Amino acid sequence: MAELTFRNAVLAALAQEMQRDERVVLLGEDITSGGVFKTTTGLLDTFGPDRVWDTPISEQAIVGAAMGAAMAGLRPVAEIMFSDFYAVCWDQVVNEIAKTRYMTGGQVSLPLVLRGANGFGSLGFGSQHGQSVENWAMCVPGLKIVSPADPVEMVGLLAAAIRDEDPVLVFEHKALYGGKQDVPDGEQHIPLGKARLVCEGSDVTLVGLSITVGVCERAAAELAQSGTSAEVIDLRTLVPLDAQAVLESVGKTGRLVVVEENPGQLGWGSAIAAIAAEEAFSDLVAPVRRISGGNIPWPVARELEAEVDVSPERVVAAVQILMKH
Amino acid sequence: MPDVTLGTVPDTAATSCYEQMLFIRRFLERVDVLYRQGQLHGPAHLGLGQEAIAVGAASMLGPEDYSIGTYRGHAHALARGASPEAVLAELLGRVGGICAGKGGSMHITSVEHGYYGSYAIVGAHLPIAVGLAWASRIKKTKQVTVCFFGDGAVNIGAFHEAVNLAALWSLPIVFVCENNQYMEYSPISTMIPVERPAADRASAYGLDRIVVDGNDVHAVAESVGAAVDTARRGGGPALIEADTYRLKGHSAADAGAYRPAEEVQRWRGSDPLMRERAALQAAGADEQELIRLETRVAVGISGMADRVLARPRPDPASVWTDMWADGGSRWRN
Repeated sequence: MAELTFRNAVLAALAQEMQRDERVVLLGEDITSGGVFKTTTGLLDTFGPDRVWDTPISEQAIVGAAMGAAMAGLRPVAEIMFSDFYAVCWDQVVNEIAKTRYMTGGQVSLPLVLRGANGFGSLGFGSQHGQSVENWAMCVPGLKIVSPADPVEMVGLLAAAIRDEDPVLVFEHKALYGGKQDVPDGEQHIPLGKARLVCEGSDVTLVGLSITVGVCERAAAELAQSGTSAEVIDLRTLVPLDAQAVLESVGKTGRLVVVEENPGQLGWGSAIAAIAAEEAFSDLVAPVRRISGGNIPWPVARELEAEVDVSPERVVAAVQILMKH
Repeated sequence: MPDVTLGTVPDTAATSCYEQMLFIRRFLERVDVLYRQGQLHGPAHLGLGQEAIAVGAASMLGPEDYSIGTYRGHAHALARGASPEAVLAELLGRVGGICAGKGGSMHITSVEHGYYGSYAIVGAHLPIAVGLAWASRIKKTKQVTVCFFGDGAVNIGAFHEAVNLAALWSLPIVFVCENNQYMEYSPISTMIPVERPAADRASAYGLDRIVVDGNDVHAVAESVGAAVDTARRGGGPALIEADTYRLKGHSAADAGAYRPAEEVQRWRGSDPLMRERAALQAAGADEQELIRLETRVAVGISGMADRVLARPRPDPASVWTDMWADGGSRWRN
């Protein structure tokens, strides 16, 4: 058992998989010196220059190179420093990586991971370095989407992403990088597509991902004070989506609040809400509620950030309204 | 009826290049006819007149080497050895299509023959090609990647990111710009502030300025062959601009009427197939042999088209396969 920060959990997963499989290679901007978020520190020394490659600021080349190398039998892990930068290489992600296995009739495999810092978290990064963009990826068939909530989850899910035979986008919430947790010794691996029951409850189901799992947990603790029993589910992965875990929980609680940080307008929570409406309508005793980031570009000043931050208080307020049903 | 596959005439290397170009020319012409007969679903971008580049370059590659191209990629797949029947079945939407009916004309791919795909977003495959070459360098396999693209691709960012990275990392890759003089419907000269779309950009990446007559299959082979040798020996990438001409429109739906008649006429005089035939005659090839070859190819392609048209259509349920490595397409439970 070792206490790891979330950023060191990224490092631990990369090292674990690079040790395990020599086909795993890394590329990205400044990664030989650890990268902006210090998630790759020391890997160059351990694994050498054939495994860890610094690139120019060329996201199309980074992502395209990862794809080509994956087709040629390697298992590249490309760092996209801030997920906002997916916008400059989105063609490579959605038109090339997501589609090439399908449009070639299964002739190629693309076992690659695109990973990097994502999310708002009231850190003052603003509109072009502070977005949560996991919902962008969810609109595109052919991509798997992972976003871990804590260090233990990070090690196991990133390892699974690297071992997966399909392209996986791993969104690492930048506000979580400093958080610490004891991580068990030995090889970690958490299968993709299986949600985690964080805490059991009977009155309402709170569904979160990445940073909003903690938001849901704090809301559940607050609600417990007033006698409301909340069940918290960490989706872990948006694709594959463990919809059954949500539906089973709603079958028990009858109420659902989905908590996401990306903007609400076609955020991933809308897919969860639609599935619940279509497949668990008779279980619901109250309308599904969604808590999301603002439908505006992200602001910077602290007071403006606080206005759109996805806080436990907003979740508690939503649940209190639902409990009147 | 002889089986229509490439390389069935053993004769000489020169005859083989001619046969390949001839086969591809007749294949593309047949596709053009089938398009006009309404047999193709979707567009078809034909490389009529550009066959010498695909054939000359492929003649310099070994079976382990990689090549990759664009939506105008039929010739490139065939030149590497892809099954013409499977390509035609893909174009005609019949079972046995080389991409199982999921790629169509713009995405012909034959990984089995080292042809890693045809990509329909202009310039997008250059970074992917860099990745193929990067993997060869990491694995120290001595494989070389040849990446074909059009003149229009030099104005998109992916071109510059890819060539820069390939040069920076000294990767075993040969970029071949097929300058067919037109970016879709616009003369490339009206879209670049320099004389040559690719060659005049080479110095920005520390590469030589190379222009080759893309309608001379032997000149292409010589130029690409030298670059492939250098790349295989660890000498890094090359950027070759091959001058050619698209004898038809941008796609089969485009008559290409915006091209001056005298320009079309001039380039028709430089048709790579005719030039190669003349070269064979000058070298003493037997005229009757050439005619027999030409007849055999024409008859063979007709027979192949009939056979493919007689095939059944794909099973609709197969639309749900091939997205994930497990063969399926489920995104949720």
